[in-house]
Amino acid sequence: MTGIYIHIPFCIRKCPYCDFYSFSAQEKDKDSYLKAVLLCLKNKAYLVSDEVDTIYFGGGTPSVFGAERISEVIRCIKDNYRLTPSAEITVECNPSSVTEDFMHLIKASGVNRVSMGMQSAVENERKALGRLSGKEQVAKAVSFAKKAGIDNISLDIMLGVPSQTMESLDESIDFLISSEIKHISAYMLKIEEGTPFHKAAGSLNLPDEDTVCDMYLHTAERLCESGFSHYEISNFALSGYESRHNLKYWHCEEYLGIGPSAHSFLGGKRYYYSRDFDAFIKGEDMIYDCDGGSEEEYIMLALRLSEGLKFGEYKRKFGKEIDERIIKKAEKFEPTGLLTATDEGIALTAEGFLLSNTIIGELIL
Amino acid sequence: MAKKKENIRNFSIIAHIDHGKSTLADRLLEITDSVAKRDMSAQILDDMDLERERGITIKAHAVKLDYKAKDGETYELNLIDTPGHVDFNYEVSRSLAACEGAILIIDASQGIEAQTLANTYLALDHDLELVPVINKIDLPAAEPDRVAAEVEEIIGLDCSMAPRVSAKTGENVAEVLERIVADIPAPSEAEDNAPLKALIFDSVYDNYKGVIVYVRVMQGTLKAGETMKMMATGAEFNVVEVGYMRATGLEPCKELSAGEVGYITASIKTVRDAKVGDTVTKLQNPASEPLPGYRKVNPMVYCGVYPADGADYEALRESLEKLQLNDASLSYEPETSGALGFGFRCGFLGLLHLEIIQERLEREYNLDLVTTVPSVVYKIHMNDGSVVEIDNPTHYPDPAHIDFCEEPITNAHIYAPADYVGAIMDLCQDRRGTFKDMKYITTDRVDIHYEMPLNEIIYDFFDALKSRTRGYASFDYEISEYRRSSLQKVDVLLNGDIIDALSFIIHSEKAQSRARKIAEKLKMHIPRQMFEIPIQVAIGSKVIARETVKAMRKDVLAKCYGGDITRKKKLLEKQKEGKKRMRQFGSVEVPQEAFMAVLKLDDDN
Repeated sequence: MTGIYIHIPFCIRKCPYCDFYSFSAQEKDKDSYLKAVLLCLKNKAYLVSDEVDTIYFGGGTPSVFGAERISEVIRCIKDNYRLTPSAEITVECNPSSVTEDFMHLIKASGVNRVSMGMQSAVENERKALGRLSGKEQVAKAVSFAKKAGIDNISLDIMLGVPSQTMESLDESIDFLISSEIKHISAYMLKIEEGTPFHKAAGSLNLPDEDTVCDMYLHTAERLCESGFSHYEISNFALSGYESRHNLKYWHCEEYLGIGPSAHSFLGGKRYYYSRDFDAFIKGEDMIYDCDGGSEEEYIMLALRLSEGLKFGEYKRKFGKEIDERIIKKAEKFEPTGLLTATDEGIALTAEGFLLSNTIIGELIL
Repeated sequence: MAKKKENIRNFSIIAHIDHGKSTLADRLLEITDSVAKRDMSAQILDDMDLERERGITIKAHAVKLDYKAKDGETYELNLIDTPGHVDFNYEVSRSLAACEGAILIIDASQGIEAQTLANTYLALDHDLELVPVINKIDLPAAEPDRVAAEVEEIIGLDCSMAPRVSAKTGENVAEVLERIVADIPAPSEAEDNAPLKALIFDSVYDNYKGVIVYVRVMQGTLKAGETMKMMATGAEFNVVEVGYMRATGLEPCKELSAGEVGYITASIKTVRDAKVGDTVTKLQNPASEPLPGYRKVNPMVYCGVYPADGADYEALRESLEKLQLNDASLSYEPETSGALGFGFRCGFLGLLHLEIIQERLEREYNLDLVTTVPSVVYKIHMNDGSVVEIDNPTHYPDPAHIDFCEEPITNAHIYAPADYVGAIMDLCQDRRGTFKDMKYITTDRVDIHYEMPLNEIIYDFFDALKSRTRGYASFDYEISEYRRSSLQKVDVLLNGDIIDALSFIIHSEKAQSRARKIAEKLKMHIPRQMFEIPIQVAIGSKVIARETVKAMRKDVLAKCYGGDITRKKKLLEKQKEGKKRMRQFGSVEVPQEAFMAVLKLDDDN
């Protein structure tokens, strides 16, 4: 089964911490973009022989693209690919730019999951992040989605944002839990080069690294107490509501990504489109990046999940046992509490997730 | 036909670093048409990249120039360029011994500096006729009159005829040649018919010809086909070729005769067979006595040199071998370190020599190196009366068996503007210096003389001196003697394990403060790892300083957006690269920078 990712590079305005490819656009840009996406979808269909069981509209802010255009894209996928009836179709939304109508329209076109960026329920934190929508707007957006019949709702929060404290974090978590949603992504803020935050880094009043770690562990603990499972480094879900599309990335499964900066993994090869809107509109093709799906890559990705690296799965996939040295090294780490190693596999703990780069590096290098 | 010895002039150029020695040499080549202008790359005599970059001459060079003087005669000028640093004093002295005169360059704005004086004294020791030249008159800050007065007053050289030049622009440089012809004596008394005595002032290895030996023939003659003999080593060789060094290459000739400067090739395989300072004679009719002044050069500073990647051990060995072909003063022998694996203990003339070799290994041979803290040679007197010389802290004997220790002491001279006397004295005092005296060279410049242990100098003394005097001080030292001293071996422990490569020997009074600084530096340079790392600095089992590297808590790529797996993979590649630069000690990883950092401990840096 294959996933399809559609990148919508439009935002109402750019948030100061974000380095994803997006900009604020005119209606005519959106129209020409729709045309280009539809053309690409038709042209690339031959690459996808499998059934398609997930579609993900990410961005940018896909809701800015408008329900009609989103519907058209889904229709095009239905016409050109074998979309399974139970496919998970996600649209990322900005809570401040969605209406009840929007939810109804996308629901009608087949969308069954929305993911909304709240980032923080605390006003001064939201302002520092340049987020427009307040708590009330988020609550309203969630109720719109539910009314429209979309109950698979995800909200994002950020950890380690300017002036955040453990207390203010609890306020955000309380709000998440009370929203009765199915999925939560909790990302630690990373200051990316080239963003306004990067330039202002010294004056941002960021919590220190130890505090951010405590925030992460605290968030995980509280969400787990409320019935969420911490299934990936930054993702939490009620049972059965894990993001099927995102799991494809971690399971080393294939996906087609359309739009500037979108990545694809098809036929064992990784591709990407350059971060250039005009080039995409002009029809510039995706660029070959590297071969994918190696043992190393598989392990690296599997260890981002709480289910971890399963030896049985590994053997099924690669037709051989996992390298003995990896198991040996994992056993050495066990007493640190950063991971668990059993006969079935290796999995990182929440503390281990915090150090996942180092641990994964130690295990495979 | 006998050549006219009256028309030969053999001379050196001496100067403080950066006073324009190489630039002047270039101009002389240009004026005498020794090199076509279009072939002039800046500073042709300094042909190693490193020499050009650092503005210093590392190897001596020589070149023969033909000059038609105003008197209508054509003169054969042999310019012997000398290394400009205290580490190479012996080489300088041999080059000077090959000359009858020297040009003394003084910077028109800076005046007399440490090496101006040191080299002047060396030249006077060899009875050389000095021709003062005041350079850099093109600089806005130039004060040629003041500097001329300074030279007359301090060195006692008449500067009334001293050419005032700009080697950079070429202004007045021709005058220098006239002064050479007029003031520097010809080797008129050099006797062709006496037994051969030729002084080796340098030798270089050439892939095709083998070692090229640079000599000054003091008496006698030599031609191809004859058998020559090195008087110090006793080695004999059949002369393949003799000739002159021209700016553009070697120029073979029939015979080298008394008074001349030239080269010899004789299928010599290593420069160790043609040692600087040795005397070349002939097997037939040999000289009874060698020329005076030869001595075996002993390394003063030692350190361990290890490949960053153990797989490069062979490459390192081969590179050292190649460097030694051209550098008889470099010594090396295999050594093993528990921490660093297989490497070499290398001996150097001084710190600059050490740095140069290290840089050449890294640059010319593309090696990634880890070097240990440099050490001097200590003499350890044991209870049983025996004396052990050690240049590696790892070999320091059990203190219970030591009667007493001796360390090398230097006579150090620091030349600086008088404003900095306080700062310099503080520094020297801090480095266990004993004040000897202070002379005012001029009303605002001083020569401060200290006795200082060599092991206080080899760490980072020069850097510290420069930073305390804003670069205005210059410095010169020579070893005077070994002296009894209270020494201790200090070990560094990471996570409880001794890191042998970080051990050092130090005066007991300095142990505590150095220990504290090392612990702090290591803490700064060892990245947080998955567990807490105690850093301890200890004498025997007594810990005298400690720090802790806290455990790392966060190293995560929280978001891999839109299936951008490549970013994660690149991160992993970077980790791999980073690991290569790390040394594994037990469970602790130490980056190479940490080793370098403990070499530079001065507070002001």
